[in-house]
Amino acid sequence: MAIDPGTAERAAGGLAVPERDVTAAAARRRRLPLLPLAIIGVFVLVAILAPVLSPADPLSQSLRNRFKPPVWMEGGSTAHLLGTDRLGRDILSRIIWGSRVSLAAGVVTVLIASAFGAAVGLVAGYYGGRTDAALMRITDATMSFPVILLALILAVTVGPSFTNVVVAIAVILWARYARVIRGQVLTLMSLDFIAQARIAGAGAWRIITRHLLPNTLNTLVVLVTLQVGYVIIVEASLSFLGAGIPPPTPAWGSMIAEGREFVTSAWWASAIPGLAILAVVLAFNLLGDWLRDTLDPKLRQL
Amino acid sequence: MTTTAASRPPLLEARDLTKHFPVRRGMLGWSTALVRAVDSISFRIDAGTTLGLVGESGCGKTTTSKLVLGLERPTAGVLRFDGQDIIRLDPAARRNYRRSIQAVFQDPYASLDPRMRVGAIIAEPLVINERADAAARRRRVQELLDLVGLPERSAELFPHEFSGGQRQRIAIARALALSPRLVVLDEPVSALDVSIRAQILNLLRDLQKRLDVAYLFIAHDLAAVAHMSHTIAVMYLGQIVEWGEADTVALTPRHPYTQALFAAALPIDVDEARADVALSGEVPSPLAPPSGCRFHPRCPHAMKRCATEEPALRPSGGRLVACHLYDEGGSA
Amino acid sequence: MPSPVIEIRDLHTHIVTRWGTIRAVDGVSFSVGEGETLGLVGESGSGKSMTCLSVVRLIPRPAARITRGAVLLDGEDLVPKSEREMQRIRGRKIAMILQDPMSSLNPVFSVGMQVREPVALYHGLRGRRLTARAAALLGSVRIPSPEARLRAFPFQMSGGMRQRVVGAMAIAAPPRLLIADEPTTSLDLTIQAQYLGLLQELQSRHRLAMIFITHNLGIVSRICDRVAVMYAGRIVETGPVRQIFKSPAHPYTQALLESIPRLGDRRERLTAIEGQPPDLARLPGGCAFAPRCPYVMDRCRAEAPPQLAVAPGQVSACWRHASA
Repeated sequence: MAIDPGTAERAAGGLAVPERDVTAAAARRRRLPLLPLAIIGVFVLVAILAPVLSPADPLSQSLRNRFKPPVWMEGGSTAHLLGTDRLGRDILSRIIWGSRVSLAAGVVTVLIASAFGAAVGLVAGYYGGRTDAALMRITDATMSFPVILLALILAVTVGPSFTNVVVAIAVILWARYARVIRGQVLTLMSLDFIAQARIAGAGAWRIITRHLLPNTLNTLVVLVTLQVGYVIIVEASLSFLGAGIPPPTPAWGSMIAEGREFVTSAWWASAIPGLAILAVVLAFNLLGDWLRDTLDPKLRQL
Repeated sequence: MTTTAASRPPLLEARDLTKHFPVRRGMLGWSTALVRAVDSISFRIDAGTTLGLVGESGCGKTTTSKLVLGLERPTAGVLRFDGQDIIRLDPAARRNYRRSIQAVFQDPYASLDPRMRVGAIIAEPLVINERADAAARRRRVQELLDLVGLPERSAELFPHEFSGGQRQRIAIARALALSPRLVVLDEPVSALDVSIRAQILNLLRDLQKRLDVAYLFIAHDLAAVAHMSHTIAVMYLGQIVEWGEADTVALTPRHPYTQALFAAALPIDVDEARADVALSGEVPSPLAPPSGCRFHPRCPHAMKRCATEEPALRPSGGRLVACHLYDEGGSA
Repeated sequence: MPSPVIEIRDLHTHIVTRWGTIRAVDGVSFSVGEGETLGLVGESGSGKSMTCLSVVRLIPRPAARITRGAVLLDGEDLVPKSEREMQRIRGRKIAMILQDPMSSLNPVFSVGMQVREPVALYHGLRGRRLTARAAALLGSVRIPSPEARLRAFPFQMSGGMRQRVVGAMAIAAPPRLLIADEPTTSLDLTIQAQYLGLLQELQSRHRLAMIFITHNLGIVSRICDRVAVMYAGRIVETGPVRQIFKSPAHPYTQALLESIPRLGDRRERLTAIEGQPPDLARLPGGCAFAPRCPYVMDRCRAEAPPQLAVAPGQVSACWRHASA
């Protein structure tokens, strides 16, 4: 009996009767989301190559050159392509260096939170019963705590720093992952192949790592991508409030804060870092959406 | 049916096997009711033979299969495998038992991990239980694929590249990996196309002859059960109401429920004489089974004592029946 | 011979998927008269459900559409009708009972509300008269204490009971044609027997034409007058049930009958059908069953056979019956 991969599956009556126009969706799936990937790629490169790409020292002040407008406006010059801020620092350089902060904060925080949260979700979903109840109580409590408040408390007690930002966000963000992954695990647990693993003699560790985790990866990847944007915004908010990355390290959030009072006159000081945040977060969200569209149907094959 | 089986001691023996599930009711779960899923059943499976288990929803056949597989612990009763009591086992002996009993479930799309290659799926029991090297495992996987009629390169592919019938073959291959003595088949062909079922049933029969493996065959397709089984046990609300050789039970059922059940298994032949036994009412809930004989509210032959006295499983007409109709002298 | 209630002529329904265009219904023709039950038999992918969904135009748009053919209900073609007109026909003239009673009923509304809805719609009743009619409807499907049951919710009922409620809603109008798509598959065997009896009773009382979709030939034998066997979107054999089951003409029908275990069958091995069900996106030219047919000839692979008469009332799409 010959097998033809693909044909066999279709032949079993796996007719895909979709809810929307398949051809457009299929085309969307096949086409990589170039724009989001490009934006993210550019910012990642910029962050890595900051020392090379930055036209000026982001920290050097020059009160003589304060609030110089961007190059395309009257009074602007090629020396400062995006203008200067309140203290005469080159905005373009600060944007470039600031990308390090934002991306690092986003990625590191999300990685820590997702690893821990997924572990909690897997254990809770697998064991069920009292373990599940206890873990979910803790998760619920965590989820209800406001991130910003925690960061402010840390900033006041320990002092603002990059580490504090990461800790403050991760300590609360993991709960979201725990909830979602646990839900998925509950669905997976009712499937026969888990019972089969038990019948074969598999223990908890093997079932969790070998069977449950790989089948939650799709969800995890989508969630991680979508959350990076969220974390970047939170970090920016914290920096804006003064509870995030302390000056003089360039961070997009604090850049917005510094230009706050001059929005009507030197609007570029706040607007440009704002646009940078917008671009990166949007890119991550679009990428996450695309991932969810692509990965979801395969999940349904279960 | 092989008669040599009768001379060997039973492979699996259950006596007064019981499983009750507590159900919490009330606001804070104070009061508990009992779901008598399996209520003091006794049966045996001889090596290399098939016991067919039939019954409708709520009869307890799924719970029975879980008890046999060790996925649930019985509330009471004895379960012996190869003469050994398997309920009170230490973890090492329990592991050994696990190797001798495997299962194939109904849904070919849920029983294989979609993220693993077929070769890894089939080899998993070997990985967990034996310390053979990778090369030996690969050989065994090829052996098993050949046994179930799948080509060599299947090992490299993923489950979604196979059809339903082929996936069941993979599930069967995995079940046979540790050379078990008993395989629980829980609706193995119900989810497959009709034209594929015969292939799989034939395969299962061939494997039984080649490997001397016993089956606990659970299905709602009574003709398929009768075809595959040496003995049939009919369950109703957690109890066995009739048990005997397959043809005896299927063609000349004695218990009124068995009669109704097999009458409902509609024959294809239009002219075939059909006992028109239509049961009234619904299957009662296992939370509150009727008094006396559990079937008496729906039984067309119910007598007065049926409401008060529970009938025992007694020999009658070459099989065991739990019915007051056959109590005196063994004939009705 | 009275004109049929429903007549399907050369119906073609295509579905566009990422694997190509699937000819789910590939030239299907049959008719069903008043008080007659036609069994539509086939496996997954045979097109039996799609055919009936095409009749009521519940095919998933825009990927699926009827590309050719006519569906005549009491002589009137349904294919060119607008969606609005079809809405008036669904339920009123053609009713469907599906396999899963739990998803056919809305879990948040009481049974009474759901049964009242079609009655109010089709008969314009209100108030106490509406309630009385709804209770009567439940009584006609043999639900005990129907007035009390009106207040019950679907989750409080067993599967068999729910299917009866679905049945009651289906015959509320009453319709001209009742399509039952595997209505007993999820029910227990003894409950199934009750339900089939009920369907027959409803049919004779309201003179319904009935199409019964199933893969269970035992059910066909019990309640169908005629049977149409489908394979890969086409009908391969049609005829009276007794005739087809006693002397099946098409190799697929023959193979199917031989592969099913029967009580009292002394065979050691079942005669299995080789191969796999067909890939509807890549059907071979010619007869769709050719790859699995034990009697295949060259002609079969080249040309798809038409419906050929084999006996009075029995047609089979197989080149073996061609006189040429």
